[in-house]
Amino acid sequence: MSRKFTPKVVTANALLEGDAVWLTADDRWSTDMREAELLEDEAEAQVRLVFAASQPDRVVGPYLADAVAGPDGPEPTHFREVFRTLGPSNYFHGKQADESAEAAR
Amino acid sequence: MYTYSEFDEAFVRERVAQFRGQVERRVDGSLTEDEFKPLRLMNGLYLQLHAYMLRVAIPYGTLNPDQMRQLAMIAERWDRGYGHFTTRQNIQYNWPKLADVPDMLDALADVGMHAIQTSGNTIRNVTADHFAGAAADELLDPRPVAELLRQWSTDHPEFQFLPRKFKIAVTGAPNDRAVVKSHDIGLQMVERDGETGVQVIVGGGLGRTPMIGKVVREFLPLEDLLPYCEAIVSVWNLIGRRDNKYKARIKITVHEHGIDEIRRMVEERFAEIRPGFTGVDQQLLAELTGAFAPPAFKTAPTDAYEAARAADPVFRAWADTNLAAHKAEGYAIVTVSLKAHGATPGDASAEQMRLLADLAERFGHQELRISHEQNVILPHVHKADLPELHAALKSAGLATANIGLVSDIIACPGMDYCALATARSIPIAQEIATRIDELKIEHEVGHMKIKISGCINACGHHHVGHIGILGLDRAGVENYQITLGGDGTETASIGERAGPGFPAEGVVPAIERLIFAYLDVRESADETFLQAYRRLGPDPFKAALYPADDKGRANAA
Repeated sequence: MSRKFTPKVVTANALLEGDAVWLTADDRWSTDMREAELLEDEAEAQVRLVFAASQPDRVVGPYLADAVAGPDGPEPTHFREVFRTLGPSNYFHGKQADESAEAAR
Repeated sequence: MYTYSEFDEAFVRERVAQFRGQVERRVDGSLTEDEFKPLRLMNGLYLQLHAYMLRVAIPYGTLNPDQMRQLAMIAERWDRGYGHFTTRQNIQYNWPKLADVPDMLDALADVGMHAIQTSGNTIRNVTADHFAGAAADELLDPRPVAELLRQWSTDHPEFQFLPRKFKIAVTGAPNDRAVVKSHDIGLQMVERDGETGVQVIVGGGLGRTPMIGKVVREFLPLEDLLPYCEAIVSVWNLIGRRDNKYKARIKITVHEHGIDEIRRMVEERFAEIRPGFTGVDQQLLAELTGAFAPPAFKTAPTDAYEAARAADPVFRAWADTNLAAHKAEGYAIVTVSLKAHGATPGDASAEQMRLLADLAERFGHQELRISHEQNVILPHVHKADLPELHAALKSAGLATANIGLVSDIIACPGMDYCALATARSIPIAQEIATRIDELKIEHEVGHMKIKISGCINACGHHHVGHIGILGLDRAGVENYQITLGGDGTETASIGERAGPGFPAEGVVPAIERLIFAYLDVRESADETFLQAYRRLGPDPFKAALYPADDKGRANAA
């Protein structure tokens, strides 16, 4: 018996910047995971992954990552995906810094 | 030092121009990622967790001040103001943008550097003893041979599609500082009947299946070195396992066929190709040997050094740990620690790089080295200049007196950057170093090598750490296995797994228990952790890691 499907988001790295991005319901690639489309249906998730793979001029290596619904949008469940939403832990670089820069604006 | 010939210069420029075109075609959509990926990897460009990463080769770890300044400029202009020195004598930039990379490569070419063959299934950057040309115990400077191997292996048409990557390390000293027994080929200069030759070791490696290399030829005359290495790679290129990437490295080939059969095949192939080497390589080697001639060492009194030692305990502590014996009278080899307690092992800011370049100019005969232990070396400093050098290092946070001690930790980038990692390494290194500094015991503990890898591929050399730490993903949680008794030197051994792993928050207390257990059982302050482990076996250390009567075991997963 196959395992029960758990909710997913489509994620990848942006071609030019290289940073982590997530596919939104309106077909954008967002650098904020909370904007991602949460896919609760396995067939739909595959369709969205195929759609992502058809955009090699925008993203590299799209895949489905586990996620759960949070108050502000999808949230990661695995620590690797958590790190991708933040950046490294040794410096205040990456998404965590971009986000505070945005908040300061 | 070697400077690029016209041929090198033209070749590297041409490769940059090609890559510039490839990036343009990737961006405009005429190349797919599948087509582009092998091209970018050939030029050292990875795509990591948060960004692209550019890995730049520092052949045999040798840099001149202009190159170091250029590395600083690149860090500031196209990255985030720092670089990460790696266990393979490379520097990695963690934040380049794809479109900027050709400009970065051009800037490298301006100072005779490149990122070619720092990835992919090719012969990688040739590494060497970081004390080359300076160490008191050295038989022969390994760098001419290393440069010869670099030129031979770069774009070698037979070796661009090997079964897997291939790493060569060279040392010219009996005390192995280049981990030669953990490389695909390890070359150790040896002397026989007054002649200097090479002991050739093959099939070493870390990673998933760690192996200590085996001697394939006890004594090889230097003039046979290139054809012999070519014979080894050539034999493996044909019989190496291409069906399974985990079995493709030459260590598995040697293991499966046996060293005797490998030796027979290599010698046969060597006999076949040797006549084709008509001496051009030896002319080149002679030129290279000239290029690496030692600098004009000065003669000067060392009174200032002795006076500083007597007057300043901070200077004395630094001199006791960070200096090594130089072959020239009155000189010392200075290791500059990139392991300030709590800092990221191997990281240097652009300011620090520039200061090191200046200091190499003022006090170091224009030479810098990067060690596989992720530190910077000024190989030729006269002792009279050490007090001034130390003061300058101190002003930039570069005077940590911890070389060879607990906090001189090797750590791979781990899951803070690396797409392959299964757990983080850097925070574990930071926490261990911070804790040992709080305890103020590392000088008492003495010589100890802790090495941390964030996945089974073992970039952090954990298998050969006296204490090795391997980060894994256990059911969605970071978990750390500890190995004991590893050794990366001439007395090489692979560490043994101590038992169940620890959660991230359990690692520092576990290491602390190990260290105190060692202090309890050592015969004297002269017996190192490794010696105590070899004398007593794992039991007292396992008992400290897993105390039966408290929650240690319950905490272990």
